[in-house]
Amino acid sequence: MTEAILQLQAIEKAFPGVKALDKASLNVYPGQVMALMGENGAGKSTLMKVLTGIYSLDAGQIVYQGETRSFNGPRDSQAAGISIIHQELNLLPELTIAENIFLGREMTSRFGRILWDEMNAKAAALLNRLKISHAPTTLVGSLSLGEQQMVEIAKAISFDSKVIIMDEPTDALTDVETQSLFSVINELRDQGCGIVYISHRMQEIFSICDAVTVLRDGSFVDECRVSEIDEDQLIERMVGRKLADQYPRIAITHKGCRLAVNNLSGPGVDNVSFSLNQGEILGFSGLMGAGRTELMKIIFGAAAKAQGQVELNGQSVSLNNPQQALAAGIAYISEDRKGDGLLLELSVKENMSISALAKLSRGVQLRHSDEVSEVEKFIEAFNIKTPSRDARIGNLSGGNQQKVAIAKGLMTLPQVLILDEPTRGVDVGAKKEIYDLINRFKAQGMSIILVSSDMPELLGMSDRILVMHQGQISGEFDALEADQETILACAVGKTLHKDIA
Amino acid sequence: MSQSITAQPFYKRINKAWLIENKSLIALFSLIFVVSLLSPNFLTVDNLLNILRQTSINAIIAVGMTIVILTAGIDLSVGSVLALSGAIVATLIGMDVPVVVALPVALIAGAALGAISGIIVAKGKVQAFIATLVTMTLLRGVTMVYTDGRPVATGFSDTADSFTWLGTGYVLGIPVPVWLMAIVFIGAWYLLNHTRFGRYIYAVGGNESAARLSGIAVDKVKIAAYAICGSMAALAGIIVTARLSSAQPTAGMGYELDAIAAVVLGGTSLMGGKGRIVGTLIGALIIGFLNNALNLLDVSSYYQMIAKASVILLAVLIDTKQKA
Repeated sequence: MTEAILQLQAIEKAFPGVKALDKASLNVYPGQVMALMGENGAGKSTLMKVLTGIYSLDAGQIVYQGETRSFNGPRDSQAAGISIIHQELNLLPELTIAENIFLGREMTSRFGRILWDEMNAKAAALLNRLKISHAPTTLVGSLSLGEQQMVEIAKAISFDSKVIIMDEPTDALTDVETQSLFSVINELRDQGCGIVYISHRMQEIFSICDAVTVLRDGSFVDECRVSEIDEDQLIERMVGRKLADQYPRIAITHKGCRLAVNNLSGPGVDNVSFSLNQGEILGFSGLMGAGRTELMKIIFGAAAKAQGQVELNGQSVSLNNPQQALAAGIAYISEDRKGDGLLLELSVKENMSISALAKLSRGVQLRHSDEVSEVEKFIEAFNIKTPSRDARIGNLSGGNQQKVAIAKGLMTLPQVLILDEPTRGVDVGAKKEIYDLINRFKAQGMSIILVSSDMPELLGMSDRILVMHQGQISGEFDALEADQETILACAVGKTLHKDIA
Repeated sequence: MSQSITAQPFYKRINKAWLIENKSLIALFSLIFVVSLLSPNFLTVDNLLNILRQTSINAIIAVGMTIVILTAGIDLSVGSVLALSGAIVATLIGMDVPVVVALPVALIAGAALGAISGIIVAKGKVQAFIATLVTMTLLRGVTMVYTDGRPVATGFSDTADSFTWLGTGYVLGIPVPVWLMAIVFIGAWYLLNHTRFGRYIYAVGGNESAARLSGIAVDKVKIAAYAICGSMAALAGIIVTARLSSAQPTAGMGYELDAIAAVVLGGTSLMGGKGRIVGTLIGALIIGFLNNALNLLDVSSYYQMIAKASVILLAVLIDTKQKA
């Protein structure tokens, strides 16, 4: 194997309450694509943030081109030749493609006038290379998400980078866009670029990458050639145990229909019908933007409904806002903990009880002792690791934050619990605990909707799986008979067959 | 962990974090200490009561302002609400309407005027700054039209005499406005710390969309916050009117800035969701003591503005430094 151009050696990084990286290592070789694999929360993104200097490292070292280096920000690392394309786009929608690519380093004449023609010409050349059929003067905001991702890639290439890190680059891309991205990656590889490819999509790893590095719980597990490993072995190294242990499925005892959704439409949701039984876990699969979160928010009354109706225990219920939904017995735990899930400035206690304060009050007055005992009960039952109930929730680890969020929903004693990506950004240990909790609710007869992009989780936990594509339900599967490929095919809308049970 | 901290003796808890946490209180006591050395007339019972009485107007407005700012809003219209409510109560007293009727009417009027701002903010989705800039101008205009730009006298009836007591009277040797201030602060403290509504105020200001998904009627909470702020401004208007025995159409101009300054000095975040009502009391007292001290030290009113601005800037800078 050739000499590594970039080496991250035994990197350690701790945050309050969680050790995110514990001796994580990664080697990047020129002219090779290195896959960086690991479950959500394994430390991949944190490692990349340490590399580019967004986070400082507690221990370990970064060796770049034979020298020990440290970067004090993305600008610094980019200048040294390390580009990173983040999962979240960092583009200004009101500027043109060319302006975005050359933001902060516009080509100017000696007097500071921008040389538009040269800048646009250079941008056009980059776009051409990526086979993007837009003029460099097009506003970025008018492009599709996938096209915007390609602009990010064009920007990274424009730096003449020696190392390019791609964090889930194909998440928002269509098949065609993915193919042209792959041809660019091949081109970059031939030019001697070192590429780090972070993705959860197994097929991509095996088709584009040369080698793979696996992280687990913030630690380096293994580095090996892609040709020397198969999918099952790779998953085993990521998870650290056989998949069967991870998802302790329990038998269900259906006791009739709990929730029926009939012809529901709204923003991003097109004529959706389904039913949910008592004591059942119903999984929802689909790609980003397929309308899963939108559907859940309509059911929960948090988004406007255009038409359709929801029945709970055979009775039609009107759910125009979350208050009504909670009162009817439907709780929704948001996918976006920091965005609209948690009150980050408030304490664990205040977050957990916020939806159930009516029960914890006498008249207008809060009964503090009742609140405390109720909160303590959940902290204990959910094994929430927090210094105290009064600790700021923003200081807890992702897994513990998520447990608080679930506890918040449960305090309202729901009949239907909607969990939207409940294990996103949660470390492996806490994941298992959350699965155990979900199963416990299931055993108690609670009906659960599990929206997840984590395919093994969906297959392991659900009783039935519905797949959404462009706002519609494109398939229904019994979880025991479903497999990853069929669900994915459904999710991209390839086969619109319905074998409704 | 937290138990071991509380078990420590007081002097051991004085570290950097404690100093930053209580900086406004420390600033207040240092101010009192320095000025009492410079002026012998400062630390007298009469002067202290005088300061409290002068502070009460701003402090009462600042209570309402705190609640609005905690929801991540702001209310620039308090001065105009003060003037219009003052004119309303002066008219009622002038018509010999009993005080027990006139007061609630004025307070409800203030709440309704505040609610107008709240509705524009919550339902119209207009930024609070713009919405209350509009109502500030609008209500000042309404006051001018209503009073024809002239003071409204309360007259010389027995009713007017008992009304005046609200601004000038004493109970147990303490001015009535100071009692009112105390009641308002205790009420606000109870509201924010011991009621559901108080928790909702913090939740809405901390993260509005999370509050909405948690089943909080965000719009209602916001409108109520502005209504409370309006009724606090009305109470201040009542006291000002009672003290002067007449309502001035230009009363309360610029009061919003002193109130906001008190809130900020008290450590409440303008981003919402974070702050304590006790802080606002301290903030208002700092401004009150500072004004009084500068008067006693014969500083011209022109320099007083500069001094006040410097103090506020300093406080805010310390706040941002500590966050960075």
